[in-house]
Amino acid sequence: MLKRAGPSKEKAAAVLRSRSLTDLALARLWNDRLSMAAITIMVVLTLASITAPLISGALGVDPNTTDASKSKYLPLFSEGHVLGTDNLGRDHLARLLYAGQVSLFIGFMSAFLALVIGVTLGIFTGYYGGIIDDLINWVITTLNAIPGLVLLIVISAVFRPDANSLILVIVFLTWTVTTRLVRGETLAIRSREFIVGAKAIGASDLRIMAAHILPNVFSLTIVTLARNIGIVMLIEASLSFLGLGVQPPTATWGNMLSKSREFIGKAPHLMILPGLLITIVVLCLYIIGDGLRDAFDPTATD
Amino acid sequence: MIKYIIRRLIQSIPTFFGITLLSYLLLWLAPGSVVERLYFAPNISAETRARLAAQLGIDDPFHIQYLRWLAGDDWLRWDSDGDGVADGAFELLTPLDEDGDGVPEPPGQNYGILRGDFGRSFIKKKPVMEIFMANLPATLELGIATILTSLVIGVPVGVLSAVTRGRWFDNVSRVMAVIFDAIPNFWLGYILLYIFAVLLDLAPLGGRCVPNLYGVCQSLFGRLEYLPLPTIVFAAGFVALFSRYIRTSTLEVLNQDYIRTARAKGLSPGAVNFRHAMRNAMIPVATLLGPIITNIWAGAIVIETVFAWPGVGRITFTSAIQQDYPVVMCIVIFASLGTILGFLLSDILYVMIDPRIRIS
Repeated sequence: MLKRAGPSKEKAAAVLRSRSLTDLALARLWNDRLSMAAITIMVVLTLASITAPLISGALGVDPNTTDASKSKYLPLFSEGHVLGTDNLGRDHLARLLYAGQVSLFIGFMSAFLALVIGVTLGIFTGYYGGIIDDLINWVITTLNAIPGLVLLIVISAVFRPDANSLILVIVFLTWTVTTRLVRGETLAIRSREFIVGAKAIGASDLRIMAAHILPNVFSLTIVTLARNIGIVMLIEASLSFLGLGVQPPTATWGNMLSKSREFIGKAPHLMILPGLLITIVVLCLYIIGDGLRDAFDPTATD
Repeated sequence: MIKYIIRRLIQSIPTFFGITLLSYLLLWLAPGSVVERLYFAPNISAETRARLAAQLGIDDPFHIQYLRWLAGDDWLRWDSDGDGVADGAFELLTPLDEDGDGVPEPPGQNYGILRGDFGRSFIKKKPVMEIFMANLPATLELGIATILTSLVIGVPVGVLSAVTRGRWFDNVSRVMAVIFDAIPNFWLGYILLYIFAVLLDLAPLGGRCVPNLYGVCQSLFGRLEYLPLPTIVFAAGFVALFSRYIRTSTLEVLNQDYIRTARAKGLSPGAVNFRHAMRNAMIPVATLLGPIITNIWAGAIVIETVFAWPGVGRITFTSAIQQDYPVVMCIVIFASLGTILGFLLSDILYVMIDPRIRIS
């Protein structure tokens, strides 16, 4: 007779603690060195921006102290100003950090709001269908047919938004992508057995949408979130560069770039650094986006 | 096929009307009255403003104005004698008399946008279509050069990248693709301008040509030095896009049986990769056409501003800043038409290239 040895205690615990798809995905992400490096850089840059008052206080500099008489256009690594000063003698490092607050906030907030609207509308229209679905679909097709940046530039030029209304304008133009994605996925899920089963038990529509459809479309959208933040930050930079984004004195990386192009001959670092920061942040966000996609969908090819 | 195209065209009609509606809504919602934009008189009394608004028909309800702009013959026309027939135009402040015979022309000069008349620019006082057409060639020139450059570089890079998968060429080109995707192109433009025009003096500092006395450019070959910088900057993102798409699709194709057969019968790697694999790997490029036309149109605004390129992108920006609504509305509509047609062309090409797809 064969007598099986019972599983040890730890083994039993390991068996019992089943790993969800999200756990597996996070584990894959943890092992993806490139994505983890990108996440680290993003965290460092975000923390540095959030703690801008502390950092500039510790360095004894202020983003708004002008000193036009003697310390204009200081180069990199000058005494007292690690990254030099701009045309008004303001400390460049402090300004970059404060500008990062605004740029990152616009990026994160717009992408997040677009995600919330997209998921909500996408699930509702995909689940109910009917005339509302047709109407929303028509709005999406129409908005998608207009090159986003053209409309964005026109709207910004006409209405001159500040940082907060700029977020609304960007959301107005970007909610369509997520909505479309979620709507399509909801349509596919709607007729699956577990939804039919939930209906048969008597679950309400709201419960089906919140408890059964939402978890199934969520990983799909969270994957696109990182990339969308990057896209939004590029959009904001383009707008600010054209002088249509956030207006000075509020600094963003985009409008710092725009101002400093006049001084490119005297102080090229004033132009190079904000652009470099935008590039690094967007690059990291794209890498994180790709990493998330690979982690959540290991079958996808590049 | 013809049926399919017609059906797709009919499907785009509601979208087109949505766009016109949105364009007019923009004017309707814009802060400040059209009267002030037209007459540059911030201090006119409320009565005068109301009278002018009534004469121009901009105190009418939205749908009336919209229809008038869409198909009517008296959008922003001036009814000077009050007989209900428009006989003047705002930009002239007098009865419309273009042939100078002293008799105002009957209405019907302005036929609404459906018949190709977008009115006159608030600022330049010229017909909008004239301004648009004058600027279109420069943008087309830049756009075509950009698409050709990105295809010529992007496609071979993508194929080579797939063939050398995991080796240094593949790694370098993929890293480059991600970087060029993330670089703000106006920033790249300024840095290249600084290096090549200011420091090395190899290229002109923006512009499209040195116009002659009549403000006309030389032929394309007389001013080739103006084209490379904007094209390179503009194409950087598209090269990245093409090479990534082509790499993915080539990798898929390379795993298929007919490629193994081609290898087995002793074809050279070059023939297999570039003759057999590349042709099928090109199919997804057709689907990129629509998005690319959209991106060219939008990117032109930024690129043309950086390089002082006198195209549609620049007038988009300047007329938006000056709140020259007729020009802005015209551009929004043409940009959208371009996008709709680009996506349509994508779908048609896709069906034509790929025999496996059946039109249902």
